[in-house]
Amino acid sequence: MLRLPPVTASFPRTVEEALAQKVEHGLGAAFVAGGTDLYPNMKRRVQTPAHVIDIRRIPELHRLEPLPDGTLVIGACVTLTELIRSESVRQGWPVIAEAASVISTPLLQNMGTVGGNLLLDTRCNYYDQGYEWRKAINFCMKKDGDICWVAPSSPRCWAVQSSDLVPVMIALDASIQFEGPGGARTVRARELYLNDGIDYLAKQPDELLISVEVPRLGGARADYQKLRRRGSFDFPVLGVAVWVRTNGGDMVSDARIVIGAVGSAPVVSDEAAACLVGQELSDETIAEAARIAARPAKPLDNTDFTIGWRKDMVPVYVRRALESLRQD
Amino acid sequence: MGPNSDSGGRYRVVGTPRAKVDAAAKCTGDTIFADDVVLPRMLSCRMLRSPHPHARIVKIDTSRAEALDGVHAVITGTDLPIPFGILPVSQDEHALAPDHVRFIGDGVAAVAAADEDVATNAIDLIQVEYEILQAIGSVAQAAETPDPAIHDYADDGNIHKLIHLEFGDVDRGLERADLIQDDLLFYDGNTHLPIEQHAAVARYDRNGRLTLWSSTQTPHYVHRALAKVLELPPSRIRVIATPNGGGFGGKSDPFPHEIVVSKLAILTGRPVKICLTREEVFYCHRGRHPVLMRVRTGVTQDGAITAMDFESYLDGGAYGSYGVASTYYTGALQTVTYQVPVYRFRGARAFTNKPPCGPKRGHGTPQPRFAVEVTLDKIAERLELDPAELRLRHLQPPNSVTANYLKIGTIGLGESIEKVVAGSDWKARFRKLPYGTGLGLACSSYITGAGLPIYWNAMPHSGVQLKCDRGGGVTVFCGSTDIGQGSDSVLAYIVAEVLGLDPLEIAVVTADTDLTPVDLGSYSSRVTLMTGQAAVQAAERVKQLIARAAAAKLEVPTERLTFVQGRVFDVEQPERSMSFAEAVVLAESAEGTIGAVGSYMPPRSTGRYRGSGVGPSPAYSYSACVAEVEVDPDTGMVQVPKIWIAHDVGQSINPALVVGQIEGGVYMGLGEALMEEMAYRENRNLVHKWPSMLEYKSPTTHEMCDVTTYIIEDPDPNGPFGAKEAGQGPLLPVIPAVANAIYDAVGVRIDEVPMSAPKVLKAIQAKAKGKEPRYGPSATPVVRWPPPTSVPTPAEGGDGRATKPEKMPAGGG
Repeated sequence: MLRLPPVTASFPRTVEEALAQKVEHGLGAAFVAGGTDLYPNMKRRVQTPAHVIDIRRIPELHRLEPLPDGTLVIGACVTLTELIRSESVRQGWPVIAEAASVISTPLLQNMGTVGGNLLLDTRCNYYDQGYEWRKAINFCMKKDGDICWVAPSSPRCWAVQSSDLVPVMIALDASIQFEGPGGARTVRARELYLNDGIDYLAKQPDELLISVEVPRLGGARADYQKLRRRGSFDFPVLGVAVWVRTNGGDMVSDARIVIGAVGSAPVVSDEAAACLVGQELSDETIAEAARIAARPAKPLDNTDFTIGWRKDMVPVYVRRALESLRQD
Repeated sequence: MGPNSDSGGRYRVVGTPRAKVDAAAKCTGDTIFADDVVLPRMLSCRMLRSPHPHARIVKIDTSRAEALDGVHAVITGTDLPIPFGILPVSQDEHALAPDHVRFIGDGVAAVAAADEDVATNAIDLIQVEYEILQAIGSVAQAAETPDPAIHDYADDGNIHKLIHLEFGDVDRGLERADLIQDDLLFYDGNTHLPIEQHAAVARYDRNGRLTLWSSTQTPHYVHRALAKVLELPPSRIRVIATPNGGGFGGKSDPFPHEIVVSKLAILTGRPVKICLTREEVFYCHRGRHPVLMRVRTGVTQDGAITAMDFESYLDGGAYGSYGVASTYYTGALQTVTYQVPVYRFRGARAFTNKPPCGPKRGHGTPQPRFAVEVTLDKIAERLELDPAELRLRHLQPPNSVTANYLKIGTIGLGESIEKVVAGSDWKARFRKLPYGTGLGLACSSYITGAGLPIYWNAMPHSGVQLKCDRGGGVTVFCGSTDIGQGSDSVLAYIVAEVLGLDPLEIAVVTADTDLTPVDLGSYSSRVTLMTGQAAVQAAERVKQLIARAAAAKLEVPTERLTFVQGRVFDVEQPERSMSFAEAVVLAESAEGTIGAVGSYMPPRSTGRYRGSGVGPSPAYSYSACVAEVEVDPDTGMVQVPKIWIAHDVGQSINPALVVGQIEGGVYMGLGEALMEEMAYRENRNLVHKWPSMLEYKSPTTHEMCDVTTYIIEDPDPNGPFGAKEAGQGPLLPVIPAVANAIYDAVGVRIDEVPMSAPKVLKAIQAKAKGKEPRYGPSATPVVRWPPPTSVPTPAEGGDGRATKPEKMPAGGG
């Protein structure tokens, strides 16, 4: 099997300790919680920290509770299993529990954390490969090389945003709290992700993700539809998160549509969402929104399935997500 | 002497479901697999593999690796210059490439080091200068590109093997047909994906003896390859096959890493271990050949086949492996299910710069079976016949000889079809389900062991040695290898049945070339039949020795004794009895040490033409399957909620294991039908697209369907207690049953495996636009077929020889 390279580790008890250790070890250090993303990447030598800072012993990163105003706070180290099993989450934000429950496998959900999933490395099947495989293609620009094999004339990397929680958090307009040497900072989920497979996060390396805050759903409804080959294990090749608020009846007053796994960043389709506003969720309205939402999706040949089919699936999945929000 | 003749045909062990004899160890993690073997002073090995699909090695500099602290030895191709290969006609592999690498993953150098991390660092320090050669990626490209030659011994350029066989006058047979169905189909390659990665440990002791522990299905062939390449006398080599964590055919070849660790153990004087990475397991491969097929079938109005003309084009990958046999197998078993009076087969196997293909569960037959069963479904549609009825009308009769000289014994196919038709409520539901839901039926047959050995010899295919202990214990020694299928258990059940003992009291020692008589290996579904027959013979011989002594003591004739429940009884006066252990003591007192041997040799096959070595078997198993599918017309995604499958196993030795094999076959078949494919990036150096268990998609429990299994028992006189195989046959009908069900569900033909969602959606979209409602290949490569070997059929008065007599080759399975 592939072996983890030699690495040192530390186990801070407070956020301050964690941040200090990061400063001490610099760019050669990585924060880690469940390790379900980082450790396989280290075995494949695509991430090569010499030191890991395991943040799971920091109590405040395990918060999982609604605030008095109804906002849900999820600490970075809450595991996906804890999220799936949380009564508050299931009652108040069922879409979060549903999206978490289709991540990978139950065993990995036991280890994987919310923070890790939100910061998940972008994926590409020229990149998520062992060292010797990558050597056979002379590497790629995301690690050790200087070309993007998916689009060789491209100046940038096309690795794919592959988290299931990211589109959902954007659709729910969650915000994410970081602490760094320069202090605390909050960023809207939709502003955290950049459309570049290498620089995919608007985050400084020494910032630590503390928690995510999700506004209460109130009367709004949300859904997540995941496309993948199998009923377990697989990362999404398409993830569609939708959120709709109606004004009492069936008339949509506000909507958000977010498409994951079709580019290096999630695609927020404000235009498609706007065409729902003031309408009922009729077949025609949904079809129009699905058509618009699918337009910017640019799947490339670096995940499972063929690109033409993946592109064709975008309107189908947007439609299915919106249809699931009809009240009947 | 019939087995268990004294129990009136009713068995006490055979036919009763029971646990495997090694179940507790397997379930608790107690089993010692190859990677669990740890020896004092053991070194770790890693192999450097070629990063190029096709290249000449100009220079290798190992000096930096040798200088690394902790490195004990570095070897390259010049240290192991003698070629090897599983088939005598394909001795085309090297443990490490001396000068020519043929796929990404071909071994170039190897290191023995203090631990795996040092070994990994060391291989990265080996500098290899390559001269890049043009890579060949497909059969069509191989046919067009004789140079650069991947090997110098191919039949025609880069076409490794060309076969042309004709049994009877096929053109005339087609002329007399009312309808000719002409189909092109493609079955992509896939791999075994055993959970256990290949591992091997070698030790060379100071007495000059080499021991290799390896996760292999074929210790005897590994023994032969080691002797050849290492130039050691076979008597100095001991190969121990550890329990396999899954094989499926992927551990049936002698592998470079087995030879490499042996060589390193000899050089260093220390034990050396290698455990392959998952990526390396994908490079070992030897999995399903991608096969493009054209099948032309002539039928009369009632569906009787007048002639079949079959072509197959195999993408063999970089080495021969079992490929010559695989190629023959793509043409061998078309004739054993339904009557095919005249038959032509043309097969071509290409060398390409990809990991070598070989035998995977069903070896060479799932692809043609897919073609035949889909083509029959289309024929039934055109003739407006029920596909089940069409098949039932034209079954090959039992105790017959086919056009290509395969001798068939019992056939439980008719009963199998009837079972799945009744179980699935076929008559009420086929072609009557709502759009998106469908039923499909398909059948198949498979060999129970190959009639001829891989290398030509006149010795038994399986040997069993049996020893009785004074305490009443019995030890069975046999070269067979338990790869999870339960062959150790089957040996225990059979000996227990004959000697009237509890299977758990039988000690089983297998797969150790120092201790056990030769068995050719766990492949071609041969073990239950062949080692079973050898075990019956050995046990009957021991039983006679013991019965003689017991009869003398009890003062009754030997024929009146029966062995039951650990005792020896007089059947007429049951109060006259003694324990089995007492009887053994009496026998040993009278005769000396009690033991016996048994062996098995398959019946002589009837074909005498070149190529007749592939296909003959002591007995053929039969299966019928109905699949129910749900097709999402918006996405093309196919789900299989339910499968009904009937399998003619002759006689179950342990029905629990038979059901396990059938369900396992269904599971593996579903993976092949729906998603598994060995994909390479043609435009990126022919690199394997995803050599990992995450991205090579194989079904999870979510994708596994409900299965209703029917075991059909019609004992075959050639099997032990009438048993035939169950390990491979039940996979075969699953794939075409799914294809035919997709047609029933949405009216499109998917003539290409795997039947993944994008292909199904394309066919649905084509249909909606009024185009041909099909997804599949449209042309065959152009190869230069040799003149046919023409063999008159038995019906034409043939004697199994070609009209121009040719030399008899060795076969294989």
